[in-house]
Amino acid sequence: MAGRLLQIRDLTTGFVTEKGIVKATDKVSLELKQEQTLCLVGESGSGKSVTALSIMRLIDYAGGMVLEGKIDFNGQDLAKMDQEDLRDIRGNKIAMIFQDPMSALNPVFTIGDQIAESLGLHRGLSDSEAWKEAVEMLKLVGIPDPALRAKQYPHELSGGMCQRVVIAIALACRPALLIADEPTTALDVTVQAQILDLLRKLKEELGMSIILITHDMGVAAEMADRIAVMYAGVIVEEGTVQEIFENPSHPYTVGLLQSIPGLEGERGKELFTIQGNIPGLGQIPSGCRFHPRCPHAKDICRSKEPDDFWITDDHRTACWLFEDKTTNKQDRPIKEGHI
Amino acid sequence: MSNTAKATPAEKLVEINDLKKYFPIRKGLFNRTVGHVKAVDGVSLTIKQGETFGLVGESGCGKSTLGRVILQLQHATGGELRFEGHDLLTLKSRELRELREEMQIIFQDPFGSLNPRFLVRDIIGEPLRIHRRLSSKEIDSEVVRLMELVGLDASRRNRYPHEFSGGQRQRIGIARAIALNPKFIVADEAVSALDVSVQSQVINLLMKLQKELGLTYLFIAHGLNVVRHISDRVGVMYLGKLVEVGETESLFAEPLHPYTAALLSAIPKPRVSDRRERIVLQGDVPSPANPPSGCRFHTRCPFAQSKCSQVEPVLTEALPGRQVACHYPLQ
Repeated sequence: MAGRLLQIRDLTTGFVTEKGIVKATDKVSLELKQEQTLCLVGESGSGKSVTALSIMRLIDYAGGMVLEGKIDFNGQDLAKMDQEDLRDIRGNKIAMIFQDPMSALNPVFTIGDQIAESLGLHRGLSDSEAWKEAVEMLKLVGIPDPALRAKQYPHELSGGMCQRVVIAIALACRPALLIADEPTTALDVTVQAQILDLLRKLKEELGMSIILITHDMGVAAEMADRIAVMYAGVIVEEGTVQEIFENPSHPYTVGLLQSIPGLEGERGKELFTIQGNIPGLGQIPSGCRFHPRCPHAKDICRSKEPDDFWITDDHRTACWLFEDKTTNKQDRPIKEGHI
Repeated sequence: MSNTAKATPAEKLVEINDLKKYFPIRKGLFNRTVGHVKAVDGVSLTIKQGETFGLVGESGCGKSTLGRVILQLQHATGGELRFEGHDLLTLKSRELRELREEMQIIFQDPFGSLNPRFLVRDIIGEPLRIHRRLSSKEIDSEVVRLMELVGLDASRRNRYPHEFSGGQRQRIGIARAIALNPKFIVADEAVSALDVSVQSQVINLLMKLQKELGLTYLFIAHGLNVVRHISDRVGVMYLGKLVEVGETESLFAEPLHPYTAALLSAIPKPRVSDRRERIVLQGDVPSPANPPSGCRFHTRCPFAQSKCSQVEPVLTEALPGRQVACHYPLQ
């Protein structure tokens, strides 16, 4: 079994606003093994991107801060590290790609230059070595005529090609962890299929781990080893991809899966809906955050935030419905690495 | 299929024949036209009364332009376009304006399509003020009725759009679209910007309104599972042309055009058992300013033969109720 790469404990991230500190994530705990893909799924405002930015500590530049918790990456606590030391890790050991490939690239530099930049910075390659390696990277991500393309500017490439370039930049230093925040959301489905295939192939070849953030349950089903479902800043359910899709437990996960229209079966009938809307960060409900929209809400749900209950050794959910059905958290301490 | 109104969709509401929309590409000192982006290039299609016609395709295929040309929000370059028998391309602007009551549009972006400085009551009431002679009291009671119809709290009509969530804003857009009791609504990516749990609420609303008001929809979207759920018939567009048209269920079950097949297989399914081999298309969609010769799909088609690059296939009936534009259809 591969070793542990990343362990997040009780990560709470907040933003300072006029009305005081607003928490965007609250006590998020996650674990990632080497060569594993973890998908963070959830709707807008659920805190998936904030979690990713917190791991990179880029949240410091987005007006937020890590308030509490530990981010253990290969024995180093990223939550406490200063920005100077983090520069050694960012782009080198942990890399990130974003949703919009066009705006992630600098329009006034050739794509070859942009890949070579991080190679010179982190691996100390000379200009000509870095350029050679940049062309190799373009070849690796499946860009035809890499030597020619390296001399082109981002506007000369299509959206799918740009996303390949962004992936090439991210992987140039062979990071141990790639964080991909909605990498295919801006792309058409046929191009999305190409990029997902590419990510899968590169993960095998380079032996890296991936945290993939997506709102698309289909993408998660296809890519994930494990899935963590987020709602209003907390993880409501986490488990293997099989467990989440075949045995979803939290009413939010169940509702989410049921409200997606299928590609087979009966059409035209009324779709399952989750009543109400996603709460804003300023108006997080008391108790379980999902209780105002939950069809099974009980008294305790309104007053007390649920613990993590373990349904199997490998599958936890934060829902009071599972209080009696499982051994509770104390018997299966999260710190022993059950995640 | 589920209701009787859809069972006899005999009457033709919209008839399109060889419709074209070219955008000129201008360059240089004198703004000379150096070419055209053929956004819609010879599309023929009939939308029947009471049905939902789904239009799918990737970005840049011309599906939104087609929707806008049908509503005459953009002028056609050529072809024929009839709505209830009226030739929209030769109609005088005043007559067209009257017909506009019958056809409305719902936009994708619930943030950009509502004027942020208008109260919700004014946004929904605006079409009534323009097209109907009603007192402000009558307009107000009509706004209340419309808001209740789309599932909004009518007591919030004196608020601004930013006070509503994305899904609620889309409901405001829908209320505005149905204010004049139209026959035909173009829903251009109407649910694409919404989160899944909210998206299903809006889809249910659109289907409910169709049943209650006897609406006909042109449902433009790139989310194929949503299109399948809501549409009676589906048209697949690629680079300005329709490549396949058919009844929803049979088209999704047995696509005949290789592009339709590739598009369907590219969708990630929310199930673990489905991690299977896909048809992954190579390359990107070519530029509509300079489409490939012959069949426009031949540069990416896994089954292309020499004929495909030379002769352009015509949309012809391949099965009952199914048209396909391919020299070598699947099966």
